[in-house]
Amino acid sequence: MSKTTPTQDLVSGIWKQNPVFVTLLGLCPTLAVTNSVANAIAMSSATFFVLLGSSVLVSTFKRWIPKEVRIASYIMIIATFVTFADLVLAALVPDIHKALGAFIALIVVNCIILGRQEAFAAKNTVGRAALDAIGTGIGFSIAMLMMGSLREVLGNGTFLGLHVFGPGFAPWVIMILPPGGFFTLGVYLLIFAWWKGRKQATVHPRRWLHEVTAEAGD
Amino acid sequence: MSEQKLPMAGQGEAPPTPPAAKPTSAARLVGTLAFAGAVAGAAIVMVFSWANPLIQANQAARLAGAITEVLGGAERYETVFLDGGAFTKEPQADTASLDRVYVGYDAAGAPHGVAMVTEASGFVDVVRVIFGYDPATGNLLGMKVLENKETPGLGDKIEKDSTFVGEFVDVGTPLQGVKKDRAAGTHEEVVMITGATISSRVVVDMINRRLEALKEPVGAFWASAATAGAETNAPDTTAAAPTGGGL
Repeated sequence: MSKTTPTQDLVSGIWKQNPVFVTLLGLCPTLAVTNSVANAIAMSSATFFVLLGSSVLVSTFKRWIPKEVRIASYIMIIATFVTFADLVLAALVPDIHKALGAFIALIVVNCIILGRQEAFAAKNTVGRAALDAIGTGIGFSIAMLMMGSLREVLGNGTFLGLHVFGPGFAPWVIMILPPGGFFTLGVYLLIFAWWKGRKQATVHPRRWLHEVTAEAGD
Repeated sequence: MSEQKLPMAGQGEAPPTPPAAKPTSAARLVGTLAFAGAVAGAAIVMVFSWANPLIQANQAARLAGAITEVLGGAERYETVFLDGGAFTKEPQADTASLDRVYVGYDAAGAPHGVAMVTEASGFVDVVRVIFGYDPATGNLLGMKVLENKETPGLGDKIEKDSTFVGEFVDVGTPLQGVKKDRAAGTHEEVVMITGATISSRVVVDMINRRLEALKEPVGAFWASAATAGAETNAPDTTAAAPTGGGL
């Protein structure tokens, strides 16, 4: 059972343990489909749905799933929800489904989802598992939106298709190409690392200084 | 670095090892996965049966919109199939395996143009386009990219660059792809996109190849349709939904 409170379960994944910027999971879709805000929203919505559905089911049936076949069972549950998401997107928003391509199907192998089943949902109650999935899903969505916004605004001069800059703006095309994904992620990781270090230095300056000195001496 | 003391023999008793868990029977393992698979399969079938008609309708609407767009001015269209070297509305063979084109008709029921789908390997992946052709004049009526995964910002301009797409309206065939600084202004010229020459040339070449392959049977069908008159060629509007298969 989790030693955290339900609130911590919900909040942890949003920022402190953000799946993309802190634990560096789910980087494949984060880099691949964040070349526009619309794609980022669609992918994060699909991932959120799969994560929440899988966590609730895994937590519900954890007593009946033998540990020897637990991973196979989790994958089957996840794949079922991914197929639902794939069909629903193809039926209701075919343009976005076309833009996301194979990455919808690849949600099955997203480390965030399988990781939360093994690390949390399989050991906690349905309610706690749902809170954890919601928090992690929101954290993933925030990361996708941050990536997608910066890349679309700079790479295409638009936000959700609406022009942000005047006609004189020359789009930085590289930002919507694969190198732009790596560059944007690198910038965000740098900001997170700086922010984390600054926070530690502010709250515990002596302790932080001691740790930094000790690390330098190793 | 601090040293960790290891317990020595005789200095203390080792903690009791927990009893080994009883292994789960193979039947239960197989049963669990089989049950989960059956439930998952049934759930997917239910969702699929809801989604599939919508997906088919989306694809049909997308194709119908593209046909109308590239035929510019056609009121209706019908699907004709290439069976035994000639185009026919009612083929003997299974339509799923037959090549097909879409013949557009104007408001008076006269044939207006022929839309054809073609595809080829582009710079990144397969590029699939539909284009309208007027057999009476030998000119193209329009072109629309149905599918492309070309480089964003460069190659994908074959779909997004309205100037390039406009190059395929009222242009003579066979097409001649030319670079911007070498354009001579002839009727068959299509000015290619600077920075996306390969993708542009792929589009030009695939249209030329498709026209070359189908020019004769399309011309024969067109001649018979034109002489038969509008009434004997009553368009089948139900043909808006493709009957499956590809080109």
